[in-house]
Amino acid sequence: MISDDEATLRTEVREWLHAHWDINRSLVAWRNLLVDSGWGMPHWPRAWHGRDLPVSLLPVVEEEFEAAQAVGVARIGIRLLAAATLLEHGSDSHKSRFLRRILTGEDTWCQLFSEPGSGSDLAGASTRADRDGDNDGHGWRVNGQKLWTTSAHHAQWGLLLARTDWDAPKHTGMSYFIIDMMQPGVEVQPLKQMNGHASFNQVFFTDAQVPAENLVGKIGDGWKIAMTTLAHERRNADALRRWGHASPHAGPIYDEERAEIATVMEPYKWYPQRAGRVDLVMKRARESGRLADPAVRQEIARLMMMSRSAEWLALRARQAKVAGKPEGPEGSLGKLVASHVARAASHVHTLISGADAMLAGADSPHDGLIAEILLSVPATSIAGGTDEIQRNIIGERVLDLPREPRMDTGPFRDVPRNPTRGR
Amino acid sequence: MHFGYSDEQQQFRDIVARFLRERSPTSEVRKHMASADGYDRALWQQLASELGVTGVHVPEALGGQGFGYVELGIALEEMGQALLCAPYFASCVLATEVLRNVATEAEQRTLLPALVRGDRIATLAWVEQSGRWDVAATTLTAHGQGDACRLDGHKKFVLDGHHADLLLVVARTRGSVGDAGLGLYAVDAQAPGVERRPLATIDSTRRQAELKFSDTPARRLGGTESAATKLRQSLDRATIALCAEMVGGARALLNSAVEYAKLRMQFGRPIGSFQAIKHKCAEMLLEVELATSAARYAAAAIDAGDSEMPALASLAKAMASDAYMRAAIECLQIHGGIGFTWDEDTHLWFKRAKSSEVLLGDASHHRERYMALTEATA
Repeated sequence: MISDDEATLRTEVREWLHAHWDINRSLVAWRNLLVDSGWGMPHWPRAWHGRDLPVSLLPVVEEEFEAAQAVGVARIGIRLLAAATLLEHGSDSHKSRFLRRILTGEDTWCQLFSEPGSGSDLAGASTRADRDGDNDGHGWRVNGQKLWTTSAHHAQWGLLLARTDWDAPKHTGMSYFIIDMMQPGVEVQPLKQMNGHASFNQVFFTDAQVPAENLVGKIGDGWKIAMTTLAHERRNADALRRWGHASPHAGPIYDEERAEIATVMEPYKWYPQRAGRVDLVMKRARESGRLADPAVRQEIARLMMMSRSAEWLALRARQAKVAGKPEGPEGSLGKLVASHVARAASHVHTLISGADAMLAGADSPHDGLIAEILLSVPATSIAGGTDEIQRNIIGERVLDLPREPRMDTGPFRDVPRNPTRGR
Repeated sequence: MHFGYSDEQQQFRDIVARFLRERSPTSEVRKHMASADGYDRALWQQLASELGVTGVHVPEALGGQGFGYVELGIALEEMGQALLCAPYFASCVLATEVLRNVATEAEQRTLLPALVRGDRIATLAWVEQSGRWDVAATTLTAHGQGDACRLDGHKKFVLDGHHADLLLVVARTRGSVGDAGLGLYAVDAQAPGVERRPLATIDSTRRQAELKFSDTPARRLGGTESAATKLRQSLDRATIALCAEMVGGARALLNSAVEYAKLRMQFGRPIGSFQAIKHKCAEMLLEVELATSAARYAAAAIDAGDSEMPALASLAKAMASDAYMRAAIECLQIHGGIGFTWDEDTHLWFKRAKSSEVLLGDASHHRERYMALTEATA
């Protein structure tokens, strides 16, 4: 049933777009209009470029934008994690300085959490932020190294988790900063992966400066705020799927949007391969003749059955959620099962390829795609929480098994940690 | 396809679970499995009269409750979890299934209500010495027509065959091969020429028998056309029902492993705090949930008339076979030495897992069957 609210809203968006949408505007000029009108992020608060629209009505706005072929605000990349974090924890000054340029796409952001010495144990960060003595104690000096930083090489701003109190326990000794990535004390180097791509960066800080007003929240709130950012990271993955495709229309504003999306999506272009490309298995098995091999058939069936059961498991979780049931164990298992599926798929692609599995690039089947699968799948069981961390979470939060005794509850200064690698 | 259970379905599950907790705790299971027939007639009557589960998916006109395979699955998950020691799978699943699929309506009206009431117990005899699960492997022969048929030959691996009142026997007409000439025959267990020998089984909660028929009078059920397709459809549905029972059993093993891991102290702390144990439990949960998803999807697919049915049965069975055995192995391992003892209960489920792993085809069999059924379209 269409409510009056929905019909009114639809008319309102349609009329506004009719009056304002113009493919001859520049992307930034158009998005500034969106920000001023609140139609770019209608579910955001009115005070900050939104219209306080219930999230349930967002599809109405999206449908009208699509019908008008109108471009939206910048919605992909780390910038949206920054926006969500600043909306929740930032000061009014942060919001007025940063939110607009995030939405117009003028600023790119990156997330500076992981370090060489703290991967799974993110709270073990040892990048330090110290009061800047040269500046009457106003502002901070940052030293250390971050890793796995997507987009750092073209980001204006970074979301930085740094240690400000070495005598506090690890989780309470960190603070959250906005750091200018374009300053001399910040050096960004690409990090080449085993599959040949360089989707991430390592970032070195040498007396990099952060003005006092760029502290987010209070000193010591770093971990809590970082959790907000990470909670949005999962939703961001959905956003990538939804907004990561450029519109096919002709016109300068679309060209600008396409360029933006291409830049943001560049690091992710091998992501389908790391999930194992189950979709290619049957076709390849048939074409290669390996489908006749009983041993290969067993492995293919094993993979297909697991992959389909995983889809049904996810479906159960979604349906339970829609029905308003409390989240069952189904919801926590998705990441781990994706790892198993990816590994099984990689194994099956190897069996199907035979000797060709030794080859890479243009000599490898499907112009290198199979080699890319074989060399990208190992990321699945590591990135975004290793399988071991997932099993801990499932064991402790779902099955309620006792936690392991901790060795790191005292002052962080005394916690054994990895040696800091020299440059 | 919908997966979530309605409030009514959840209540049904709770009722079955409570009944089994009260009437069929492991102490009772141990008692029945050691008895001559391997089940308790009084408990069977209660299952029929108090709980009505003996006719969950049988139409009301035939005395049943008129529910679908989703509800049958719910009951079986609970029975598997409780390790119910009763001829439920033989009589209410296998025999009921072939009667519903192969027999005429008149024959169903004659034979089914007594099974639903729990007055009579039936079983299906289709596998023979070869151990092949497909009905085309049948060698037992029938001659004659209608009510005046005669059977000659052997059947093996017949669930509850040593005590069932009604034997439903798959036989072929003399000289027929493959799918041709296959039929379903009703034999009174007391009929002349029936010899029954209980088999020694690993799982004493689900007993089996070897049957010999020598010029045994029988009645052909259904028409005179080959029943091969209908029998296969029945076995696919029974397979999916078995999967529900198996994932219920696997869940019992998972729960037992997790509970033990919380209580058992070694090296000054609960063993469940060690990642070696915790991670095992997490993987068990994952396998049980995947197999449960497959079993429930397949059950819902029967109710929805999904044409992918035979492939879904194979998928669910391969997943259930692996998950149940894995849960059994890991549960026993987590219990350590005590898990290897007779007095600890894990071995009861371990044995059910082992026999269920193979019954109606093991995982390898079903993986190959799944490929054969899907490769043309995938």
